[in-house]
Amino acid sequence: MPREPGSLMNALLDRGVTRRDFLKFCSAMAATLALPPRYEIRIAQALETAARPPLIWLEYQDCAGNTESLLRASKPTVADLVLDVLSVDYHETIMAAAGHQAEAAREATMKAHQGNYLVVVEGSIPVNDGGIYCCIAGRTALDLVREVCAGASAVIAAGTCATFGGLPAASPNPTGARSVSDVVKGVPIINLPACPMNVENLTAVITHYLTFGSWPATDQFKRPLFAYGSRIHDDCERRAHFDAGQFVEEWSDDGHRKGWCLYKMGCKGPQTFHNCPIVRWNEQTSWPIGAGHGCVGCSEPGFWDTMTPFYERLPDVPGVGIPVQTVGVGVVAGVSAMFAAHGVLSAIRAKAQPLHRPQAEVEAVDISEPQEPPRPTGQPTVADTGAEAPEKEGES
Amino acid sequence: MATERVVVDPLTRIEGHLRIETQVEGGKVTDAWSSATMWRGIELILKDRDPRDAWYFTQRICGVCTTVHALASVRAVENALGIEVPLNAVLIRNLIEAAQYMQDHVIHFYHLHALDWVDVVSALQADPEKAAQLATTTSDWPNNGVQHFTTVQNRLKAFVESGQLGIFANGYWGHPAQKLPPEANLMAVAHYLEALDWQRDFIRIHAILGSKNPHLQTYVVGGSTLAIDPNGQSVLNAERIALLQQLFKKGQAFVEQVYIPDLLAVASFYKEWAAIGGGHGNFLTYGDFPLTTGDPVTNPDILYQPRGIILNKDLSTVHPVEHAKVTEYVAHSWFDYRDGNGNGLHPWEGQTNPNYTGPRPSEGEAYETLITSDEAKYSWLKAPRYNDTPMEVGPLARMLVAYASKDAPNHNSVKEKVDTVLERLGVGPEALFSTLGRTAARGIETWVIAEVALDWLKMLTDNIGRGDLKVHNGAKWDPKTWPALAQGVGMTDAPRGALGHWVNIENQHIQNYQCVVPTTWNAGPRDAHGKRGPYEEALVGTPIADPERPLEILRTIHSFDPCMACAAHVVDTTGQEIVSVKVR
Repeated sequence: MPREPGSLMNALLDRGVTRRDFLKFCSAMAATLALPPRYEIRIAQALETAARPPLIWLEYQDCAGNTESLLRASKPTVADLVLDVLSVDYHETIMAAAGHQAEAAREATMKAHQGNYLVVVEGSIPVNDGGIYCCIAGRTALDLVREVCAGASAVIAAGTCATFGGLPAASPNPTGARSVSDVVKGVPIINLPACPMNVENLTAVITHYLTFGSWPATDQFKRPLFAYGSRIHDDCERRAHFDAGQFVEEWSDDGHRKGWCLYKMGCKGPQTFHNCPIVRWNEQTSWPIGAGHGCVGCSEPGFWDTMTPFYERLPDVPGVGIPVQTVGVGVVAGVSAMFAAHGVLSAIRAKAQPLHRPQAEVEAVDISEPQEPPRPTGQPTVADTGAEAPEKEGES
Repeated sequence: MATERVVVDPLTRIEGHLRIETQVEGGKVTDAWSSATMWRGIELILKDRDPRDAWYFTQRICGVCTTVHALASVRAVENALGIEVPLNAVLIRNLIEAAQYMQDHVIHFYHLHALDWVDVVSALQADPEKAAQLATTTSDWPNNGVQHFTTVQNRLKAFVESGQLGIFANGYWGHPAQKLPPEANLMAVAHYLEALDWQRDFIRIHAILGSKNPHLQTYVVGGSTLAIDPNGQSVLNAERIALLQQLFKKGQAFVEQVYIPDLLAVASFYKEWAAIGGGHGNFLTYGDFPLTTGDPVTNPDILYQPRGIILNKDLSTVHPVEHAKVTEYVAHSWFDYRDGNGNGLHPWEGQTNPNYTGPRPSEGEAYETLITSDEAKYSWLKAPRYNDTPMEVGPLARMLVAYASKDAPNHNSVKEKVDTVLERLGVGPEALFSTLGRTAARGIETWVIAEVALDWLKMLTDNIGRGDLKVHNGAKWDPKTWPALAQGVGMTDAPRGALGHWVNIENQHIQNYQCVVPTTWNAGPRDAHGKRGPYEEALVGTPIADPERPLEILRTIHSFDPCMACAAHVVDTTGQEIVSVKVR
């Protein structure tokens, strides 16, 4: 393959990355994106000709958990990401510059790469009281996020706060916290929820973008199908125990030590779409269910209100706990029906909560659409409706 | 002499959003104001929820100091309900926190603080051979050779020549206060990159013990969800324990062979900073790391790190901690107390009635200053005080209290290492009360913990070897077993300092929840008596060579390791009282 001057491949080779490592990275990316092996070559070709795209990483009502997740990146590593793959021109937590020099770096990138820089947003954006609950360099997050995103080629919302409002937006949402999609219009947005997002999904999305010049296919919440296309319950290593009626009854019991199903301890895996069981965490070392705690549904909209209390089990399922030999297709169908019913219950509960926890007054702001309500879970989204094309707001 | 207002906003390389305003006169800071500019409202969001869920919510106070709020939270609920945690869970929690100290302190040193002392651009001029000589005189680390340093330098050169400077753009390179020779800069840059790889590998400890990092998911009121069975296939078994041993050993090697030698090498060029940034000289630690079962709140004697207070830099006396003496002021915070803002309130009697009085920026406009008058409110942080005295918390507080507490389990280890560091730098104990002392104490603590963590892992495996596989006490798991009213406090000492959670449970639900957090202690504003907070006091007297590039402000503020998301965590826009509980 020809080496384009200034290309990413060129840059990597100059920095001592071997061609073998580079191809390994390409195949790892193809695997994360669930692409057939032939795509490895295409990824390699695309990366060989791309210059390092500038990236502006914005933090608002956040805990820096997604930034920490970024630091755990392994394919490529964060050092490779920052030095070789991207040009991270603004990131408050890791950048050398401070104060007005930091803001100048951001402004320089916005000017020089108008329409061509990527933005990652971490944290929600408060809109109550003129947005004064989050100010940086004397300006509100609301003002800044709109200005910076307006010139972006695309925006990635990293983590559940940026994606759906997250914890700050949990009832009663005291500061009027909003998602990126709520306050930014006219640019393509891709959502990577989870608390925090799994960095392997971020690097896969960036690679997809660099490789194919487009976003991966997404569901109705703008979540990439390769990462949010199937339920945790369907890919869970403990699923066989669910089907066999083998459940942990209390923490530290015999079933807990045998790695049985955590459904009765409140696991929300059946309601949650995420590739957590496959990609796992920290270089595939473990994941919540693998370490004996149920899933809490952290990649789902409104999970702070709809999935709590975390240790309350989903309503009884016909067939749960019955002998292995009688478990079959009928039970699985029953489970689906139950989850659909539970979705309704969740919605009612979410609605009922403000009765004793009044929703804070939300000042009228320019938010054209309200946050989409939590999806009635159990209704097939991806498989049956097909992949949605990446949304280009303003063109549709 | 001309007075200049020097503002740093955003103060970067920290967690969260911090604004520092200073008054500079004759090349020195003469006054300073520390302001938190972001709020979320987690304590209010917790109201009416299941107390067993609280740890999961409060852990999201911060993703950098992940796990510490989860720990304080489960301890608060366990304290309220009188639940004793099994020994395995005690040790699992200790090991998780030990790994957090090690990883967090290393990341702070290399990725948040180092660029205040290390000039990346100067590393381009270094002779890799001399850099290797410098590095090998202080350490046996295998990557300190000429070849590795040459590779790093070439990588850096290619990066700079690309014209896209990324995270290194607009740094204070070539600043007159930067004193490292090019070779030391190259060594530090090489280790900056190596530490990035190290932390990713090391923190797999959290994945083994806590399922994932950031935001671990094996905490549970009453113990841990990490099932243990040496004969089990998918739980904490011999294979996982072997991996833990390996990772802790690799962690210790990095700390002893890279972090500590780098700390000493860099500090030896900046000894004048042992006389800058000292601040009030009052230090508080709640202590941590229980070595047996029992409630750590009521049994401070079971703690490895002792609980205590040092006043006025006087190491001859360690004062006991009575949490009833903790109060918070709002005179300069964007809150009001109903009976006036003249007095501080204990967290159990606290009120959180926000009253933002700062400037309201319009679209595309930035405000100039928050300090519009001497009476101005200027921060989303309250001002915590102990017995009406501002206290510094963090590694320096812990190391001083341990150094002065002769009976403490960690005293000998701490004393030996503190004395070694002082001797190597050729300075006396008074040097600890400074910006440099704060940074050195963090390294010393990492060294202490890296050593003892392996002992705690052995305690865990010994206990498992005796056949004890219990990780959870379920006697009070069912809320029906709880009293109608319960109150608790959970204490821990997080990497950044003393952390307390106070919970009030009514009819199985959270009636109110309060956190008093390390960075609130350190970064809080003035109190009703006009007394500065620790950041503000520490900045007074700091030299500023170039007001356009106030590198020195970053040095002192970063030496505290700010975490603003932790500090500013509660809001109540309805103005209703969140907390109204009597001290029991």
